[in-house]
Amino acid sequence: MPEIKELELISNQVRRDIVRMVHAVNSGHPGGSLGCTDFLVALYFEIMKKEPVPFKMDGKGEDLFFLSNGHISPVFYSVLARSGYFDVKELSTFRKLNSRLQGHPTTHEGLPGVRMSSGSLGQGLSVAIGAALAKKLNGDNRIVYSLHGDGELQEGQIWEAAMYAAGKKVDNLISTIDMNGQQIDGSTDNVLPLGNLRAKWEAFGWDVMDMDGANMNNIVATLKKAKEHTGKGKPVMILMKTNMGQGVDFMMGSHKWHGVAPNDEQLAQALAQLPETAGDY
Amino acid sequence: MNYTILDKKDTRSGFGAGLFELGRTNPEVVALCADLTGSLKMDAFQKEFPDRFFQIGIAEANMIGIAAGLTIGGKIPFTGTFANFSTGRVYDQIRQSVAYSGKNVKICASHAGLTLGEDGATHQILEDIGLMKMLPGMTVINPCDYNQTKAATLAIAKHTGPVYLRFGRPVVPNFTPPDQPFIIGKALHLQEGTDVSIFATGHLVWQALEAAKVLKDKGISAEIINIHTIKPLDEAAVLNSLAKTRCAVSAEEHQMNGGLGDSIAQLLARKHPAPIEMVAVKDSFGESGTPEQLMTKYGLDAAHIVLAAEKVMQRKHALIA
Repeated sequence: MPEIKELELISNQVRRDIVRMVHAVNSGHPGGSLGCTDFLVALYFEIMKKEPVPFKMDGKGEDLFFLSNGHISPVFYSVLARSGYFDVKELSTFRKLNSRLQGHPTTHEGLPGVRMSSGSLGQGLSVAIGAALAKKLNGDNRIVYSLHGDGELQEGQIWEAAMYAAGKKVDNLISTIDMNGQQIDGSTDNVLPLGNLRAKWEAFGWDVMDMDGANMNNIVATLKKAKEHTGKGKPVMILMKTNMGQGVDFMMGSHKWHGVAPNDEQLAQALAQLPETAGDY
Repeated sequence: MNYTILDKKDTRSGFGAGLFELGRTNPEVVALCADLTGSLKMDAFQKEFPDRFFQIGIAEANMIGIAAGLTIGGKIPFTGTFANFSTGRVYDQIRQSVAYSGKNVKICASHAGLTLGEDGATHQILEDIGLMKMLPGMTVINPCDYNQTKAATLAIAKHTGPVYLRFGRPVVPNFTPPDQPFIIGKALHLQEGTDVSIFATGHLVWQALEAAKVLKDKGISAEIINIHTIKPLDEAAVLNSLAKTRCAVSAEEHQMNGGLGDSIAQLLARKHPAPIEMVAVKDSFGESGTPEQLMTKYGLDAAHIVLAAEKVMQRKHALIA
């Protein structure tokens, strides 16, 4: 399928953006950003109905996305810019003073594409449920998407929201967990084991599916299947297997690149693995 | 004007009546409750508008997040639970998902303060005004009786931005006129006076009016100002009154730290230094008891306002002498 190849080329450019943005300010979170790149590219360039310009906060008639694990802002900003919400040049302001691209995403500076501040973990699923309920009240049949880290599932509010969405049949919601198995202090198994997540989400009453977050073909196919599963009385949960640092060999699979920026040499090494495909910002 | 008791009602019923009226007049208003529908007097709204009522269960953090999400589709959500669970329990959710995100959520909190009564200190939050007023962009309102609470409920639906509306459980005098306009951020002069300014909020407003009668018998002319909106504070009303009286008493059902008195003292220190006495809880938790017993024990009644007024006037005179 040609479309998959195109999406992969966009992913490549987004990954370049991520390492360049993080390197430029010597701060930010490259690992999780690189791991979720293919998912966000598929969502914004293939799956969601969206109207980037003019950006409308209420998003009526559009599919909506909420990033709950806000620290992967680099990938979110790059995908928003490259899908038309704002000029890619603005990516160079990431984490700098007076920027709309704050360390964690916020509505406070009026950046198009962002509908909720996130960073303090565990809050995005509740917000996505609220947005989904508003769509139902408005007779708007579009879908609400959300993304969460696996470490984020240690927050209690996630499970309050999990119980609510299933119990109250919020079935216009597709949530995804970034299952990279890593968090700041080490692997999730060492920090606080998450147990059998499929069994947990199924027990809460969700329609659960698996996805390979490193395979664009599988991502697009799974998201399309997930859409078909909406409107059937259950919220949909996608357990997305990812690699932290995907696409940059020395960053892959280690929690050490959760919140560390590459130095000049490492940047060059990373960019050599990620050829420019859509023009650097 | 002369305020007299019209009847006796709980302020939470004023909220319930206001919410029900909003249900009929504003289709964007929705209500969320965390398993306290009866206590918050939200049952009429729930019955009449079931599609716009969300029973969240005992999950206040989730309730705040869902409310924030509902605003994105243009809804005006009113959340309802006890003041304790409306603020301290969900502070970070309010901070990030509501205040920092600039969402149009109305956080409506009943059973605030000591007058919750017998349930005791676990439920008697005395820190909620302080918590909420520290959040940038948050409007903080504490009405004094049934009529004012109903009017405030209607007013905040027309205001765009996050609001904390605080009210209480007990049946108390209802004395403000039912048609009195409620303007957010505009203090109400209940009684003119020249010797001392008494700034009161919530249940303490009626106590301040009672105190003024006692003070009058002692030859003291007290100006009574109802600060229903603690943030934004009506600075002009405070300063204009102080220009006349040159001393102040604040009265509230809250900790002294972080409350109304604290806001007024800050204003006076910056713009019009003058003695102030604060009728408030002095850095302690509450306890079980009847509302009347508790308000007496913790010094939140007319008698203590009288004492505070006399003391602050002595301090003023000492300064002049």
